[in-house]
Amino acid sequence: MSSSLKIKELSKKEILLAQGHRMCQGCGASIVVKMVMLAIDKPIVACSPTGCLEVTTCISDYTSWKIPWIHSAFENAAATMAGVETMYRSLKKQGKISEDMSFVVFAGDGGTYDIGFQSLSGALERGHDMLYICYDNGAYMNTGIQRSGATPFGASTTTSPAGSAVPGKIHQRKDITRIMAAHNIPYVAQASPSHHLDLMRKIQKALSIEGPKYINILSPCHRGWRSKPDDAIALSRLAVNTSFWPLFEIENGKTRVTYIPKDKRPLREFLRPQGRFAHLFQPENEWIIEKSQAKIDADWSALLAEGACEAIEE
Amino acid sequence: MKKKIAVTGNEALAEALRQINPDVCAAYPITPQTDMMQRFSEFVADGLVDTELMLVESEHSAMSACIGASAGGGRVATATSGPGLALMWEMLYVASGMRCPIVMPVINRALSAPLNIHCDHSDAMGARDSGWIQLWSENAQEAYDNMIMAFRIAEHTDIRLPVMVCMDGFIISHSLGIMEFLADDVVRKFIRKFTPHEALLDINHPVSYGPLIVTDQYHEYKNAQNNIMSEVFDVASDVAAEFENISGRRYGFFETYKLEDAEIGIVILNSAAGTCKDMIDEARREGIKIGLLKPRLFRPFPYEMIAAALSHLKVICVLDRSDSFGAHAPLFVEIATSLYNCKQRPVLINRIYGLGGRDFMPEHVSGVINEMIDIAGKKIEIIPKKYISLRK
Repeated sequence: MSSSLKIKELSKKEILLAQGHRMCQGCGASIVVKMVMLAIDKPIVACSPTGCLEVTTCISDYTSWKIPWIHSAFENAAATMAGVETMYRSLKKQGKISEDMSFVVFAGDGGTYDIGFQSLSGALERGHDMLYICYDNGAYMNTGIQRSGATPFGASTTTSPAGSAVPGKIHQRKDITRIMAAHNIPYVAQASPSHHLDLMRKIQKALSIEGPKYINILSPCHRGWRSKPDDAIALSRLAVNTSFWPLFEIENGKTRVTYIPKDKRPLREFLRPQGRFAHLFQPENEWIIEKSQAKIDADWSALLAEGACEAIEE
Repeated sequence: MKKKIAVTGNEALAEALRQINPDVCAAYPITPQTDMMQRFSEFVADGLVDTELMLVESEHSAMSACIGASAGGGRVATATSGPGLALMWEMLYVASGMRCPIVMPVINRALSAPLNIHCDHSDAMGARDSGWIQLWSENAQEAYDNMIMAFRIAEHTDIRLPVMVCMDGFIISHSLGIMEFLADDVVRKFIRKFTPHEALLDINHPVSYGPLIVTDQYHEYKNAQNNIMSEVFDVASDVAAEFENISGRRYGFFETYKLEDAEIGIVILNSAAGTCKDMIDEARREGIKIGLLKPRLFRPFPYEMIAAALSHLKVICVLDRSDSFGAHAPLFVEIATSLYNCKQRPVLINRIYGLGGRDFMPEHVSGVINEMIDIAGKKIEIIPKKYISLRK
C-alpha cells in the first residue's frame, strides 16, 4: 500500500535531496526529483548520468543525496543502474542482502533521447526492475543550451539559433515516450510537475510494477527556455493545457489519457512567454507555429482515440 | 601428481571464472573473446555458478554495468578484445577512478582499420594509462594463474583497483596447450570471500559515487591514484608468494630466461616469448650469450628491477606487437625509460612484429639475434625502429 499523497501528509516527509545543492533557482528538475522521491515509500538507490542534476548535487566532498546514489558517465545511466540492480539480485539470491529496495534513474533528455538511448533500450530489453525518469527540458542545458533530440520544432538554441536563413531547430522532437512503449515494457507514462498528484500517482504505480518502467517528465528550464525564473509550474501547466505535453500512461500496452484539459488552449499560449520561441511570432515564421499546432492537434486526437475512454477529467 | 590436461586459453579462463564464481558478470560478444563467455554462459545455464550474467548491448554498457555492480558491493568480472576494449575506454578510467576491483581478461586483438580480428597488443596498450593494473600471460597456464591472482590483487584493501589479464588472441585463446587446473576448493580458499567496502547497496549507510571534482581537488585525487598504484608491487609480490604455495608455480613482476650471463637480450610480451626461448636455446648451443626478459606486471611498471636485470647487456632488442605511429612502440618506451638512469646503458633497438596476427616465426627471432650480434660487433649502423617480417 502506497502512502498518502495528501499535501498535509507529504509535508511531514523527509526531503531526500538535501538543500544546498547548486541547481538554479526555479529549476524544474529539482522540483521533479523532489516530487518523485516524496511519492516513494521503499528505500531507493538512484543513478544519474552526467548533466545539470548530477553536477549540482554531488561536488567534491559534498552530496545532496540522502540515499545511495551513483553517477558514472553521460551515455550509460541505464547500464550503470542495471549493473547495480543485477548485483542486488545476485546478492539477494545468495542471501547476502535482505532489504527491499527500488532503483530509480534521473536523467536529462540528452542522456536519454540521444547519447544514452542505446544503453536505455538495452536495459529495457533485458527487463531490469527499475524506474527510468527523464526530466525533459528540451536541450543540453548543462553544456549551454545546445539542441537535442528533445528540442521542440522551431526552438532557438545555441546550436540551432534562429537566424535570417534558418528559423531555429528545423527537426521535430523524437517521440521518446512512444519509443519506450514500443519496447513493450509494463509501464510507460508522461507527467508534468504542474499536475503533481498525477505525477506522484504515476510514480507510485510504476514502483508497484515489477520490471522496467519509463516516465517522461516535463522539466522547465528558464535559462534555456528564456522564461521567468518563477514560471516553471505555470509553463508546465500551459504545456499540458495546450496538449504540447499530454498526460497519459501506457500500462501493459493499454493507453489511458490521465488528464483532458477542459479548455484546450492554442499552442501560442505556451510558446509566447518563452524567449526560445520569440522569433516564431515574426510573420515569416508563422508557418512554424501553424505546422506545430497541426501536429499537436493530430497527435492529441490520435491519443484520445487510443485512450480517452478511461480518461479522468480534473 | 597433479593432472595435466590440454585446453585452449579461452577454456582455461572460463574454468577460472567458474571456480571464482563472481556475483555479476556483464559482457558483450567479440572475437576472439567469444567462446570464453559462451563456455561461461553454459556454466550459468547449468547452475554451476551463482553469477548473474548480464548480456548487454555493447562493451561500453558492459563496463558501465560492471562499474554499477562493483559499486553495488560484490565481485565482478567481464572480458573483451580489441575494439571492444577501445569502446570501453572512457569507462576504464571511471572504473579505476572509482576504485572498482573489476577483473577483465583482455584477449588481445588488433584495432581497425583495416578490420582485423587477430592478435596484437594495440588494444591493451591503448589502455595502459587508464589506471588499471595489467598482468600479461604467455600461455593458458599463465593466464589462468594470473586470473586467480588478479582477484586477490584487485580486491586487496589497500589497492581496490581493476585488473586486466592479457592473453594473446587465437594464438593462445584458440590453441590447445598443456596446463593444470587447481582444485575448486583451493581456488575458492585462495581468493577468499569478497569484502564489500562502501557498498552502494548498503541501504542504511548511503554513499554517493561519482562526484564532480574540479580544479580544487582533482589534481590531488589523481596523485592519490598514482600513489595507490605504487603499492601494487608489494601486494602482487605477496599474492604471488601465496600462490606459489598452492600451485608450485612462481611468478615475479617479469620472467628472465638465461639472462644472467647474457650479452644480448630480447624483451617481449606474451606468447611470442615461447618462440624466442626456443631460438635462444638454439643460439646458446652455438655459443651466443643471449637471454630474454618477459614483463608480466606491465602496470604498474617495475622500472628499477627491470633496469637491474637488463643493464649489463650490450644490446637489447625490444619486440613490440603494437605501435605508436610516428614514435617508439609502448614496450620499448618503458624499457628505454628503465635504463636511462643506468651508468652503463645497452644499445636499444625497437622491432615491430606480428601486427594483426602476422605469424612470428623462428627465422624472425634469428634475424634480430643476428642483427644484435652485428650491432655488438659494431659491424652495422643502428636503426632505432623498424618493422620486421614485412612481405616484399
